[in-house]
Amino acid sequence: MGSLATALKVEQVAVRFGGLVALSDLNFSVGEGEIVSLIGPNGAGKTTAFNIMTGFLQPTHGTVSYRGITLNGLKPPEIADLGLIRTFQRTSVFPNDTVFDNLLIGLHRQGRTGLLEAILGLPRARQSDRRLRQRAGELIEWVGLQRRAYDPAGSLSYGEQRLVGVALALAAEPSMLLLDEPVSGMNASETFTFVQLIRNIRDRGVSILLVEHDMPMVMSVSDRIVVLNYGRIIAEGTPDVIRNDPAVIEAYLGQGAVHA
Amino acid sequence: MSEFLQHLVNTLVLGGTYALLGIGLTLIFGIMNVVNFTHGVLYTFGAYVMFIVVHQLGLNFFLALPVAVVAGWILGAVIELTLLRPLRGSDIDTTMLVMIGAWIAMQSGALWIWGGVAKSVATPFPEAPLVLGPVSVSWLRLFVLAAAGLLIVVTYLLINRTRLGCAMRATFQDEDTASLMGVNVDLIYTSTFAIGSSLAAAAGALLGPVYVISPQMGDLAAVKAFAIVILGGLGNITGAVIGGFILALAEELGAGYVSSGYRDAMGFLIIIAVLIFKPTGLFARSERIG
Amino acid sequence: MRSVVTILTIAAFASVPLWLRDPYLMNALITTGIFIIAAMSLNLLLGFTGQLSLGHVAFFGIGAYVSALTSLGFDVGLPGGFRVVHDPWPPFAGFVLAIIISGLCGYFVGRLSFRVRGAYFVIVTISFAEVVRLVALNWVELTQGPLALTNIPPMALSLPGFGELALHTKLQNYYLVLVVAVAAYLLITRLVRSHFGRAMRGLMANETLAVSVGIDVTKTLTLAAVISAGIAGAAGSLYAHYIRIIDPEVFAFINTVTMVIMVITGGKGSLAGTIIGGLVFGLMPIVLRPIMAPEAQWIAYGGVLIAILFVLPRGIVPSLTQRLSRPHGKTAAVGRVAFAEHSAKEHA
Repeated sequence: MGSLATALKVEQVAVRFGGLVALSDLNFSVGEGEIVSLIGPNGAGKTTAFNIMTGFLQPTHGTVSYRGITLNGLKPPEIADLGLIRTFQRTSVFPNDTVFDNLLIGLHRQGRTGLLEAILGLPRARQSDRRLRQRAGELIEWVGLQRRAYDPAGSLSYGEQRLVGVALALAAEPSMLLLDEPVSGMNASETFTFVQLIRNIRDRGVSILLVEHDMPMVMSVSDRIVVLNYGRIIAEGTPDVIRNDPAVIEAYLGQGAVHA
Repeated sequence: MSEFLQHLVNTLVLGGTYALLGIGLTLIFGIMNVVNFTHGVLYTFGAYVMFIVVHQLGLNFFLALPVAVVAGWILGAVIELTLLRPLRGSDIDTTMLVMIGAWIAMQSGALWIWGGVAKSVATPFPEAPLVLGPVSVSWLRLFVLAAAGLLIVVTYLLINRTRLGCAMRATFQDEDTASLMGVNVDLIYTSTFAIGSSLAAAAGALLGPVYVISPQMGDLAAVKAFAIVILGGLGNITGAVIGGFILALAEELGAGYVSSGYRDAMGFLIIIAVLIFKPTGLFARSERIG
Repeated sequence: MRSVVTILTIAAFASVPLWLRDPYLMNALITTGIFIIAAMSLNLLLGFTGQLSLGHVAFFGIGAYVSALTSLGFDVGLPGGFRVVHDPWPPFAGFVLAIIISGLCGYFVGRLSFRVRGAYFVIVTISFAEVVRLVALNWVELTQGPLALTNIPPMALSLPGFGELALHTKLQNYYLVLVVAVAAYLLITRLVRSHFGRAMRGLMANETLAVSVGIDVTKTLTLAAVISAGIAGAAGSLYAHYIRIIDPEVFAFINTVTMVIMVITGGKGSLAGTIIGGLVFGLMPIVLRPIMAPEAQWIAYGGVLIAILFVLPRGIVPSLTQRLSRPHGKTAAVGRVAFAEHSAKEHA
């Protein structure tokens, strides 16, 4: 990571729910344009860490900063304003709207015309609307959902809904994406396409933090992997390093995965 | 000072029936997730049952109370079976609107049957109040307090000491798990609604003779019940009892020291204040149900 | 296509006084129209943000009282020995003030009550309306309490060069209500089709996701509340100057319920539905009056509300449009063509 500028930095973060320690002394960073994965067995604290970084939870101790700005105390929309955008595990679409309309909703922040302009349908508002529609079309193409553009998002397959979720996140023009278990429930070919998409997004300069269960996927896509167990980091490094780390094998991957 | 003592005594008497109203609503709200707009009509219904038993059937005043409880139970079960069971799984807004429809229809029904003229119920208690030093309280109100207290204790035991109550508590925590464990959730819902309704009817039967009976009497009662439920926290029986007394105190003091015109505004102001400043109610979650 | 239907509908409504001379029916149409305006404003909250506000009549009533008091004048003592004396202003100033003050109330109530959701939101909004009703009932010096504000002047329009035109006749009031209703319809339609409307839809469908794509919940909901309350205030003002007497009963919960029924019947999120639902329920008393006692009419009212929720839970218009559009539901292939067409259009 040495040569990369740091995008996201997590320093000495601890979270306690009452007496329960969910995270303790969490330290790691994500460089600009890097793909980092956060893995760990169930209950290791992945989701808690994710919620801390997106402002849905406040840490008991420690700081999270993005491009030098401390995120502590910021609300989710304020964090989104910094270019740090997340996707959700379950609720990734607006189910009753078409995929296209989903994207128009997602492009909300780009469509800042005044209320009066919008209501009176002034040229500037119309022009802005045209721009949004074009952008929505581009995003749909980017994630490869052209064929489903006018279907209600709720009628899409699980994997396709995930793609809508990613497109929605991209609509906010993020400089960093936080993906919460994006391929869970996808089949192998969907996962493969998704990996390509993630690489493609990174190649356009977006840093990516991934929380994921799917080991082969994590190993193939990540530049670096951070392994959590019982709320602590037990290992950190490139996929090759993690694959051969005895602590990780013991705590998480198990015997079978060593040969995978 | 003696004026203040008198307010406290009034609070105690009023609070008992308020608690009764609140418990019924909080049970339904908590277990079924239904905002029961018919609660006030059930209160009215209880009062009219009282009137009918005493004046039209000429039976004993003390018999009227259990009759009202049973009648409220039956009407509640009918409402649940016909209007709520078919809508199981609908969102809360839909059931709420259906309950509003039922409330309008039933209240208009009461107006049609019994007319808009307020009625009063004769009681066997002496007119002269019981005077204890600086405070006085009517015998009727003392009876109301005692009866309300008895019903509250019975409800508490029903929920905490019986199999039905245990199943109700389980359903409150997690409907799906409860049904997997063999709890008949349909039966629990009907019982809950019937019990809640019978408590509302009992409150109406008790307070009807204190004031006068009219088809609209339930509207304010319903609002007060909502205030109590919100004060005490969703599904929290102990909270509802305490909430009932707090509302009664606020009304007594508001009417006594501010203006009697705003007595009934206290409930609404409490609702607004609690929801804005402490939306989970005044009492902690862990205390809910039992 | 859409605008043709809109224009034809407006023309149809505009032609009504040409063939309908019955003053009783005209009166029913005017009051129904006023309620439809209020119900459309409620639909903005109910159908487009998903918030079931059951205190909507408060804004209607505030608009009515503000407009009436502006045009009647008042002399009120405030705590601390102050007196506020207001001389009568033209009714049109009352109309404008009614919109502004109702809108402001919408802002404050929205800011406070949007902190809670679901059943709690419903109960807060009901409570707010009831508190306002009790103030109107008890602040006798300002509102005359239960004695009602009487002799409210009719709405008057001042046209430059023509002097002031007071709207006394039913015909004049019918067109006034029609103009305001069309304005409200266009305003709401434009709003919900703009990106503000998309933000509202997003919030209604999936609040967590909407927040994550950067939609500001409080701002979006408050905007809807302010516009909704302002329109309701306008309807209240029309009501006050048409009926020309108002008392605290204008705040009755049943008036909110009437608006809700109109919205639900027609379909949440459909303004055309609100107009249809409004006409059905506004004119129902005329049909029922000869055959039913008033109490029985109310029983029917409640019964119809329940029946609609059971039979057409999504309302008349959405159910119908769904039924009509089902035969040519889009397959993936059609979707692809549509997308290609769309892209071509955008890039042209």
